[in-house]
Amino acid sequence: MSDTNSATHYEPYYVPHNSRLPIFASIGIFLTVFGIGHILNAMTAGTSGSLGVTILLIGGLVMGFTLFSWFAVVIRENHEKLYSDQMNRSYVWGMSWFIFSEVMFFAAFFGALFYVRVFVVDWLGGVGDRGPSGMLWPEYSPEWPMLNTPDEARFPGPESTIPPFQLPLLNTILLVTSSFTVTFAHHAIKEANRKKLIGWLGLTIALGLIFLFVQAYEYHHAYVDLGLTLGSGIYGTTFFMLTGFHGAHVTLGTIMLIVMFGRALKGHFSGDDCFGFEAAAWYWHFVDVVWLGLFVFVYVLGS
Amino acid sequence: MSAVIEEHHDDHHHGPDKGIMRWVLTTNHKDIGTLYLWFSFIMFLTGGVMALVIRAELFQPGLQLVQPEFFNQMTTMHGLIMVFGAVMPAFVGLANWLVPMMIGAPDMALPRMNNFSFWILPFAFAMLLSSLLMEGGAPNFGWTFYAPLSTDYGPPSTTFFIFGVHLMGISSIMGSINVIVTILNLRAPGMTLMKMPLFVWTWLITAYLLIAVMPVLAGVVTMMLMDIHFNTAFFNAGGGGDPVLFQHVFWFFGHPEVYIMILPAFGVVSAIIPTFARKRLFGYDSMVYATASIAFLSFIVWAHHMFTVGIPIAGELYFMYATMLIAVPTGVKVFNWVATMWQGSMTFETPMLFSIAFVILFTIGGFSGLMLAIVPADFQYHDTYFVVAHFHYVLVPGSVFSIMAAVYYWLPKWTGNMYNETLGKTHFWLSFIGVNITFFPQHFTGLAGMPRRIPDYALQFADYNMISSCGAFLFGFSQLLFLFIVIRTIKGGKKATDQVWEGAHGLEWTIPSPAPYHTFSTPPKDLSEAHG
Repeated sequence: MSDTNSATHYEPYYVPHNSRLPIFASIGIFLTVFGIGHILNAMTAGTSGSLGVTILLIGGLVMGFTLFSWFAVVIRENHEKLYSDQMNRSYVWGMSWFIFSEVMFFAAFFGALFYVRVFVVDWLGGVGDRGPSGMLWPEYSPEWPMLNTPDEARFPGPESTIPPFQLPLLNTILLVTSSFTVTFAHHAIKEANRKKLIGWLGLTIALGLIFLFVQAYEYHHAYVDLGLTLGSGIYGTTFFMLTGFHGAHVTLGTIMLIVMFGRALKGHFSGDDCFGFEAAAWYWHFVDVVWLGLFVFVYVLGS
Repeated sequence: MSAVIEEHHDDHHHGPDKGIMRWVLTTNHKDIGTLYLWFSFIMFLTGGVMALVIRAELFQPGLQLVQPEFFNQMTTMHGLIMVFGAVMPAFVGLANWLVPMMIGAPDMALPRMNNFSFWILPFAFAMLLSSLLMEGGAPNFGWTFYAPLSTDYGPPSTTFFIFGVHLMGISSIMGSINVIVTILNLRAPGMTLMKMPLFVWTWLITAYLLIAVMPVLAGVVTMMLMDIHFNTAFFNAGGGGDPVLFQHVFWFFGHPEVYIMILPAFGVVSAIIPTFARKRLFGYDSMVYATASIAFLSFIVWAHHMFTVGIPIAGELYFMYATMLIAVPTGVKVFNWVATMWQGSMTFETPMLFSIAFVILFTIGGFSGLMLAIVPADFQYHDTYFVVAHFHYVLVPGSVFSIMAAVYYWLPKWTGNMYNETLGKTHFWLSFIGVNITFFPQHFTGLAGMPRRIPDYALQFADYNMISSCGAFLFGFSQLLFLFIVIRTIKGGKKATDQVWEGAHGLEWTIPSPAPYHTFSTPPKDLSEAHG
């Protein structure tokens, strides 16, 4: 690694001359969000969103196709030995900073939860002179989790919340275990043991899918049996937004791992050339750590 | 499958393609820098026209030209376009052009993603601008889009505004990752961190700020989206949320954002002043530490935008004192610029004029910022034209002047031709006079109590508003001269030498003018000149 830094020896840095990928990606991402915007506006206005659905489908297809091609191109260039060590370090840095940006995204939602939990509940309930809430909702007495909201007509509170030491505990065990299994898979690459790699990686994916299934079951239970919904006040809001974005990230992480599984089957990855796998594993550890935060702050301390 | 849309992967030792597709498909940092700069200039004119609509309406009291609803849309779109469409892309364009040349890198670290970062922007702004034609009109709640004004009372186009912000955020994050990775990984051998030009340093720190806070902006607009369409209660006290929560999350993004728009300007000025004072930059190390300190402080002062919203007294005191601390590293910088000029052999070419104006006028904006930091005083100044005067002083003769200084300073390197100095100086003086006539009177109307974002005003503010509007039109139309000068320089003019300015130091001045399409395909050997 260090020899690329000396002035005597220099490996060329690969710069592709042109690329059609980014413009397709730009068009795809634009159509995707434009379509979603149409659908949401139609939904709220109570009109037909079929135009939005069409735009979203086209955008999603363009985006999916482009991303598939983009990663395929990068993998091919790597196999053609176009990348120097320095180039590979660019990918390592890039993934690290991408995960940092994801951390900050979750920080915004955790921050909202803490602010509500620490300040807003007290202010609604009578610390100080109760301010406006004393005038608007003088009868209201707050608690956490918030089972009664000040404005029950618009935000009907839930009957109860999800008990932490049942399904959420199971999910914690699933995800923490999957962090270990993905590490075992990484060790298998280092030992050049493909059978072990495929086994541990497959187990990791299975754990991720079971997690997602349990989470979906829990959501169904919350909506149908507990009346805990997005619209049931700030508890439901923060609960579903935090666990929902986490679930979306687990989904993305699982897709990454499935891609890595396919590549492992095709014979990709060697001990000193497996950053695609490592990037997916980093992402997986990241969603695991976020889950631990959720388990403590949303489920255990929230109930 | 992949071959369908990706068939080129030749190596990189040839020139640019012909025709429009060069610009669509390019992975070259200089091409992408040019795209960013032109996009930024188009947005600057678009947002500028909106500013002139505002100033034309405010030329006299009463309603003459536009309805209040449209006036609100103009103030909102003007702010959004200038912040996200003009200033930020201009600095990213400068980073694209200059960072690889300054650190001896062959290109940006991730060239395809670099193109993606740019081409998202035209789509995002097309979507944002199209909201002007939508039913219910464009967003009308100010560029700060406070809830519940933007959630319960915003127009339907708010949804597209939210997704536009998401796209801009994605673009900024990818662009910043590219800048950071380039600086950390692609420096020429021997270019240690403390030998980097200050522009590179300020951009490294800016990129870090962007990656840290753009996701928070994405978070807050997502909360809005959910409140609007899915009946969540983030910003609704009736459901146990809090409208003030919006302001906390927004300003946790918003305050670092204002430094995102000024730190690269510090870098530009720190490159130009030593050149025309013919001295080394005074206090290079302290400049680096001051920049880092400002970036750190930017994360812990956000609630000084919210003194009047009803936060606990302990919070008011903390945020007041923390805000005042920012004056210390900023003062270090101003002192260093002045000390660099002290006993220098100064000449006053156009970039130097813009830079000196930057130091003076940015300092005025900094001082009015200190006034606003004082809680009891802010209760009086809040949401008046004094605030408008303050942030326009740091943004227009601050950020925008530094961008113009940078264009004049590096244009000979980019095009190979010298601009016309007389025309450049004319542009400077028209801009300098126009900016001060526009914004200085707004301090007075603000202190006298004129509220911002209102299309009508009491009679006693009439004279100052008329003066301010005249200055705005002078400043606005002067920028057409800027456009003319730039185009003329691209087309021809006196040939520039490689060093261009006799006092210029740094790697970008060691390569030919115009800079070849690919520079530093192999790293430079001699870095003795590299120190800023």
